Formats: sequence, C-alpha cells, structure tokens
Amino acid sequence: MQPVIFVLLFRYVFGGAIHTASAGGYVNYLMPGIIAQTAAFATFATAIALAQEATKGVIDRFRAMPMARSAVLAGRLIADSIRMLIVILVIIGVGYAVGFRFQNGVVGAIGMVLLAEAFGIAVCSVSAFVGLAIKDEESVQAFGLIWIFPLTFVSSAFVQVSTMPSWLQVFANNQPVTLVINAMRAMALGGPHFPLNPALWESLVWLAGVLIVFVPLAVRSYRRVG
Amino acid sequence: MEVQHNGYAIEVSALHKSFGKVHALRGIDLAVPRGSVLGMLGPNGAGKTTAVRVLTTLLRPDSGRVVIEGYDVVRDAAAVRRRIGLAGQATAIQLELTGRENLEIMGRLSHMPRRSVRGRAAELLERFDIADAADRPAKTYSGGMQRRLDLAASLIAEPSVLFLDEPTTGLDPVGRLGMWEIIRELVGRGTTLLLTTQYLDEADELANTVVVVDHGRVIASGTPNQLKDQVGGDLLEFAVPDRSRIDDAVTAVAGLSDSAPTVEPATRRVKVAVGSRGSMALVEAVRRLDAAGVVTEDLALHRPSLDDVFLAVTGHATEATPDTGSKARKSPAAGVPS
Repeated sequence: MQPVIFVLLFRYVFGGAIHTASAGGYVNYLMPGIIAQTAAFATFATAIALAQEATKGVIDRFRAMPMARSAVLAGRLIADSIRMLIVILVIIGVGYAVGFRFQNGVVGAIGMVLLAEAFGIAVCSVSAFVGLAIKDEESVQAFGLIWIFPLTFVSSAFVQVSTMPSWLQVFANNQPVTLVINAMRAMALGGPHFPLNPALWESLVWLAGVLIVFVPLAVRSYRRVG
Repeated sequence: MEVQHNGYAIEVSALHKSFGKVHALRGIDLAVPRGSVLGMLGPNGAGKTTAVRVLTTLLRPDSGRVVIEGYDVVRDAAAVRRRIGLAGQATAIQLELTGRENLEIMGRLSHMPRRSVRGRAAELLERFDIADAADRPAKTYSGGMQRRLDLAASLIAEPSVLFLDEPTTGLDPVGRLGMWEIIRELVGRGTTLLLTTQYLDEADELANTVVVVDHGRVIASGTPNQLKDQVGGDLLEFAVPDRSRIDDAVTAVAGLSDSAPTVEPATRRVKVAVGSRGSMALVEAVRRLDAAGVVTEDLALHRPSLDDVFLAVTGHATEATPDTGSKARKSPAAGVPS
C-alpha cells in the first residue's frame, strides 16, 4: 500500500512543483524512481523477518535439522525476490492508471523491470545481512535500515540532481541508486546511447560489487546466529 | 562413522566453550543412558543453553568431546542432526501457518516422505490436543498451545534424542502441568531426553538424574531425591499474627524434625525443615498448633527451591553469584492451602 501512496503523493501533490525535462511530463520521470524506491523498501520485510527468525529460535531449529545450511537464507531471498517482482508489476499498473507510459518499446520496459529487480536483490542482500547481524527486531526497524532513506531520496528518484545544492550533488551524482535510476529511466523512456547507456554498465558493476560483499557477510551472520 | 555399542545416548567429556573472555562452559562431563531423562538445573547464565547448543550442533565446542547416539557432533554433525530434536526457549513456529502446516513443513524439511508426514502430523496434533485447532493459523493459539505445537514440531521426525531448553518457562501453572504430562508420555515411549530448567520441582517431576550447573561447571549431580536430601527436604513455614504466641508456636512444632525451627522476629515467621514427609508433616503441624491454641497465617509446605539447592551445594545463594541473570529463578512453591 505504501508504494501506491508514494505514487499518488508525488504524482498529484509534489509533482506540480517539480519540473523535469521528461517526455510525457513528471509522471514518466517519477515512475522509474518510485519503482527503485519500492524495491529497496521491500527489503525491510527481509531484514525484519530474518531478525525475528533469529531471535525466535526458528533458525536454530532449522540449523539443528538435516538440511542444507544455505537453504533458509536462499529460500528467504528467492521468496522475497518473487514478492518484489510482483510489487514492481503492481506499481507499474498503478503508474499506468495515473498517466505513466513506457516510451521505449517492450525491450526497454522489460530491461527496466529486470534492472529494478536486480537492484532490489542487491539491496536485499544488504538487508539480510543487517537483519541477521543485528537480530533485534526493534533495532532493525529503528536504525538498521536507516541508510536506505538517504540513498533513495538523495538520488535522481524524485527530482533532478541538478536542482540540489552543489555539495549534495557530489553525493547524489555518484551514488549507485542514482546510477540505477538513470539507467532505468533510459530504458523506460529512451535515453542517450540506448541500450548502451553508461549508467547501465556502471549500475551493473555496482550491483555485482554489493552482492559480492554482502552475500558472504549475510551467510557468515547466518552461521553465527544465536 | 563410528557407532558405539554402549548404552549411552549422550556422552560429553571435558566440554569447554568460551565467547571471548566469557567462559560459558568450563569442563562439562555427562553420560545419559538411552531412554532416560537428564535434568540440567541451574540459574540464568549458568551455561545450560550453551551446553544444549553445543550438543545440538549449533555451536562448535572449543575443546572436549560430545557424542550423540555414537556420532561426534563436530565430525558427524549431519548424522547427529538426523537423530535429534530441539525445542528452544522461544516458540519457533510460523505463526501465519496452521498447526498442521507447521508440522508438515518440518517433516518435509526433515526429508520424510509426503505420505508419512501427513499421518505423523495428524497423530501429533491429536496427541498434543491441538487437533481441534489444527487448521487455524498458529497465531490464534494460546501460549500453551503454541508451546505444545513447538514441541510437536521437534518430534515430527521421531528423534531418538530430544533436547528441551526450559520447556515450561513462561507457561501458566495449567500449561506447565500439561507440558509435564506430555513429556512424561514421551519418555514412556523410550525417547532419551535432556531438559534444562530453573525449577527443582520440574527436575524432580521429570528427570531420572539431575546435574546442577553453575558458572559452566557441574557442581552437583544425582537423583532428585539425593539432591533434596542435601538440602534437608521440605520446608514448613507459617506466620504468627500474635507476637506473644511465637514462643508457643515454636515449642509446638519443635518436635517435627531434628533441626530446630528458625524465627524471623520482624515478619513473625517461623520455619522448620521437615525432611521428605510432605503432607504428613503439614497435618501434624496443624494438629500441634491447634492443640497449643496458636492461630497462624500462611501455613504452607515449600519444596526446596533452586536457591536452597545452591545454598546447600555451594554455600551461597544464586543471587550472590556474579554473571547470573536476574530473571525469576525461584521455584514456585508447592503451596498447600492451610
């Protein structure tokens, strides 16, 4: 429900005050940003569920059973990825209802969805690590996931980075969420050098780097639960 | 793979485990015969849960040897996991799923064939008195039902050795009694059981052998009766509202045991150790006090608590020991209405 509210809020409340140079107006600029933010926020559930399972002894019980050590974590990530994909598709549907239109054909649209999903999975690996490392549900909610907010809001998700103060632009322009959203936008709306937009390749390198670092960290925390 | 042919389901020798500077286990030795119940008694922070976690392959020991049903927990962890069941302190069930789904998933995850899982789950639901609620989400269950479901989940694959970490902590008295009954029935079927508890009366009810653990060491072991003898048996306690009659009351109950009654003048309470004569001592005390014409309040017979055992074994109460938690560790007194 929350992502739907974000769509309506930015489309109808803030949207009028935000000026972007996008074909089809602000709603077309907005949707790739909202979709990336939705994917990132969906990983809250991953972190909280894993923290709960760690403290409630669910993971202990699984680890004392004759099953693969990787099964719990892999099962969680796969289930949450599928849920994330469904949420992304629903949000695109809501976007269509309020005027969003893909401008760049089916290949571009599919590419955007896949990149959003890949981005969500990378964030999910970080959230899984946070949930298993902190283990306390309230702490996870209170500060474990706070980093998601600056990463999604101080990016090109809702406004053009060039409207921010110059010191903030340094961060916004160089952080991975902006790169991912720019690449998504290029695929959805048709950008320069499609499909070889440099933001796409930079995004993929970032996402691979995040996975390479945080999947092993999450596995390590999983082994140490308790 | 080594299979032992002696009669022990659990063998532990010189088990050590530290977390940084905290020495959780400092040399535990245990030998639990097949089909018997070992009660591990100790205050919070004594090392009970750490011991259970090492014995169930969740933690690697720093040194020492742990063998479950002939398999080493470090070298043959997978073989150990096929033979054990674990129910921890929290209820590790999926609240969104129904009771039946919880059991069937655990069975499938234990590599049981689908058909036998179904039958086994239905049998456990029936036996643990959850059958009526079997197809309702577990979040609608009472605390006692959730604990029973949790225990049932640990039994789905018919483990030969079961570990229960404080199975009645947090249950109300009725839930506690229900859980005891289930555990007794399990043991009757030949399951080897290791259970940890903070309550002497629980160990007394369920265990063949009790080990008292403190600071990561076994400080006493024996049958529940042997331990209680070390404590001096049950304690009769009452208050005398009329201060001037305290001496008469002491005289009246003095003959009940070899040890002299003690008096707390401030609270006007009189205590006397009465050995293991239980309600006989209580009836006798009431008769003598009545004959002496002394009015009393709060007359009750207390089972020795964990504190009493600690006092007897270590010379200090659990409160006085550092590193132990501060949660409830007193045995609920077996109060007798007077």
